[in-house]
Amino acid sequence: MSSTITWFESYWAGIKHEMGGKAASLGEMTGAGLPVPPGFGISTTAYRRTALEADLDQQLAHHLNGMDINDTDDVSRRCSAIRDIIRTMPMPAEVEQAIRAGYLELSARSGVTDVPVAVRSSATSEDSPDASFAGEHDTYLWVRGGDAVVDAVRRCWASLFTDRATCYRVEMGYEHRTVEMCVVVQKMVRPKSAGVAFTLNPTDGDRSQIAIDSAWGFGEGVVSGEITPDNFLIDKVVREIGRRVVSVKECEFALTDHDTVEKRPLDAERASAPSLTDDEIKGIAALARTAEKHYGCPQDIEWAVDADLPEGQNIILLQARPETVWSKKAPAASSVATSGDFMSSIVSTLMSPLYSRSSADGTEASS
Amino acid sequence: MADRFPSPFDIPTPEGAEGWQDLYAYSSLFSEDRREYEDSMFWFQDGVHWPQVLTPWDATFFEFAITSLSQYNTRHLLVPPANGIDYRILNGYAYLTPVPAPEAEIGARVEQFMQRAGHYFMNWNDLYDKWMVKIRDLVAEMEALHIEPLPEVEDFEAVVASGKGSGSGYALIDAYYRLLSSALKLWQFHFEFLNLGYAAYLDFFGFCKQVFPNIPDLAIAKMVAGVDVDLFRPDDELKRLARMARDTGIGDAFVAGNVEATSENLKATEAGRAWIASFQESAEPWFNFSNGSGFYHTDKIWIENVEIPFDFIGNYINLLNEGGDLARPVAAIHAERDRIVNEYTDLLNSDDEREAFAGKLGLARVVFPYVENHNFYVEHWSHSVLWRKMRGLGQIFADAGFIAEANDIFYLQRHEVPDALFDLYASWATPAPARGPKYWPAKVADRKRIVAALKSAKPTPALGVPPEVVTEPFTVMLWGITSDSVAAWLGGGASGEGGIKGFAASPGVAEGPARVIFSADQINEIQQGEILVAPLTAPSWAPIFGKIGATVTDTGGMMSHAAIVCREYGLPAVTGTGFATSNIKTGQRIRVDGSNGTVTILED
Repeated sequence: MSSTITWFESYWAGIKHEMGGKAASLGEMTGAGLPVPPGFGISTTAYRRTALEADLDQQLAHHLNGMDINDTDDVSRRCSAIRDIIRTMPMPAEVEQAIRAGYLELSARSGVTDVPVAVRSSATSEDSPDASFAGEHDTYLWVRGGDAVVDAVRRCWASLFTDRATCYRVEMGYEHRTVEMCVVVQKMVRPKSAGVAFTLNPTDGDRSQIAIDSAWGFGEGVVSGEITPDNFLIDKVVREIGRRVVSVKECEFALTDHDTVEKRPLDAERASAPSLTDDEIKGIAALARTAEKHYGCPQDIEWAVDADLPEGQNIILLQARPETVWSKKAPAASSVATSGDFMSSIVSTLMSPLYSRSSADGTEASS
Repeated sequence: MADRFPSPFDIPTPEGAEGWQDLYAYSSLFSEDRREYEDSMFWFQDGVHWPQVLTPWDATFFEFAITSLSQYNTRHLLVPPANGIDYRILNGYAYLTPVPAPEAEIGARVEQFMQRAGHYFMNWNDLYDKWMVKIRDLVAEMEALHIEPLPEVEDFEAVVASGKGSGSGYALIDAYYRLLSSALKLWQFHFEFLNLGYAAYLDFFGFCKQVFPNIPDLAIAKMVAGVDVDLFRPDDELKRLARMARDTGIGDAFVAGNVEATSENLKATEAGRAWIASFQESAEPWFNFSNGSGFYHTDKIWIENVEIPFDFIGNYINLLNEGGDLARPVAAIHAERDRIVNEYTDLLNSDDEREAFAGKLGLARVVFPYVENHNFYVEHWSHSVLWRKMRGLGQIFADAGFIAEANDIFYLQRHEVPDALFDLYASWATPAPARGPKYWPAKVADRKRIVAALKSAKPTPALGVPPEVVTEPFTVMLWGITSDSVAAWLGGGASGEGGIKGFAASPGVAEGPARVIFSADQINEIQQGEILVAPLTAPSWAPIFGKIGATVTDTGGMMSHAAIVCREYGLPAVTGTGFATSNIKTGQRIRVDGSNGTVTILED
């Protein structure tokens, strides 16, 4: 039996069945050097032990026997009762303590008392019945404090018994008592700056470069194009910053007191200051390169520099997807470059005007 | 901005240098006779090899070298787009112009080039092995040149009894002709491989630029660079000797600070004598190493100026005593080279590309040792011998009163030397007064005055009509002349916002006080942590590389010797800035970004 909680960095494939798809994928990414926001998974064992101690099976049988899935009022009433039971059933002390200890530890790592976290349900596996309802299982954002976290975990568990999920199991003939759920507790990213990165040069498809767009605060403005971001071009191999364009970023997307994100104007000094340090730029480039290697093709990633986490752990991968524009084009160079014997190649090299320095360094750099 | 440089015919003679044309061969001068041709070309001053005013005899190697280069392009290899390089001397400075092949001939040259160059590439290692034998034989021939004062009477056994039938005067004149002939042969050898080495390198370079349009030149250079090359042997020998001195407990001998005292200290002990023997073993050939480019008689050669290697060794011993590490970061450079190659390989799009990349890199690496090593064998070792022999001849003239001191011989043009020799020979044979002692001292004094006046004026970096784009591959590779540098010269070298741009020749960033020096004699002025700013550097400056934070030069490209050496020593460098020595003053705090090719003046 596994421990109640598993930190993403301690995850290994052998416990996948207890962790659910989301937790497993966060664990895999962390293991691959792709730093997702830090956190841990609460294993299915925690749910099962709690259910067992509260004699949940008995109560499920009591409330669900004879339910007519066509009678929506009936379904709603019964499911609601069960969800209330799950939200209030006693949690074994070790389970609760493990969750609280995990949360305290995450707060300590973040250097923040009662660090805001996301608490999300994580279905056990892709082919399990509840997987079909992954979208319906609950997610709680900006949760603060141990009590609230424990409560949110219960709510996630309770989301196994939404009306639709419950009806679906009945229809498919699945047992209610065999379903189980893992829950993920993960630090909410509070970005100092955020943006996107491409693992190739978007203007010419050069795969030896990484392009980063960056702005202050949350990345929404960069993704939507509402903010003209800073732009950096980094060489993957030499690992140097080849070009930096610092834009005037008139606004930033920032967190409000109500945990929503809003667009705010920036003072002139901050607006024209670079939104990333050189170390951060190199860190983001390294992250993008790792993602590209991990997924085996050019990537388009979203990232953030977290304001709470210590330096060295504060660059966070939010999303990675394959780059689609250049990856579909055949590289123009190949036909000439690889054709013929080496002597014809040398001749054509001597005769082609490749060697003016402006073509080598890029004219933007000097302008 | 102007669209052309001044005509060579509009460059004024510096005050006091009137008549400077008499110092050089008539064929090396701009003249009305060829004005139409000369005015139509683009001429740049070759600050990479000849940054200073040439004395009359020193023009020899300039003329031999450039002509040999041209000959290989046009008569041996038929490089399709490039004819040779034409040269001139103006106000004492060396100017070059690349001559393109006529458009109509290029097609026909391709086939010939493929056969000829192809043969070299296919048999590179065999031919290079032969080259090594040839060059060593040639050095031996030059060493064997017998340049000795004329005897009062010919030796009975050797000359009379043996029936030799010829005398010492003839032999001396013959030795001088053979010295010139060896020097020309040396330069033939020099270019046997060099153009091809660069061609293969450029092919790999061009491929990299195609598949990775923004790949830094530096990354390409790093993939090809050798790790253990002969050019670094002299410095490695110094380090070995420093370690030996310390390990055998004689390191204190160098505290004396001058060669005589140190030598006395060393001779006093068994270990010291063993060290001297070991030094002498290293010295031949490795200390036939010039503190300059090797192209000037004023360059100091270690083996003739033992204080230079002794100073360096003394500094290394101090470093060792302070717990310093003398090793070049060879393992790190090796690992970095492999990493770069692997990463680029990984980023290529197909197996075809990977195969082409590996093939071109392989060829570039086969040919590149020559590009790196020839410099020691030709400019350093062979030239050292030639300068020594010439100084021997100079001493004979000085003893005969033709000139005041041995080095004055370099104020004679090479074709004037046989005339003077014949004068000397005739006066010895007759005997009767030679005219030389009345003729040459005044002439040499006058020429020295003219050279001093020429030196006081900086050369105009370029003359004539610039090409729209500089594409001639050797011009870019060897001299670092690019469309950008031409534009910068046209702009007059004003450095906008304290910024100076050049080649990103060796990566890394360093900040520190600048030390601007103009010749090798000043390298002792360099203090720990300073940034060296110089017209150019020589490979033999490597021993001070442990002291300095970075290097900035006025001239040179990615493959200039300064660039190669700085990469080898892991020292940031920006080369070919054009104006660094004029725009930077000693003591100013500067930042050198060897990765981006920029130099910034931070504060005065």
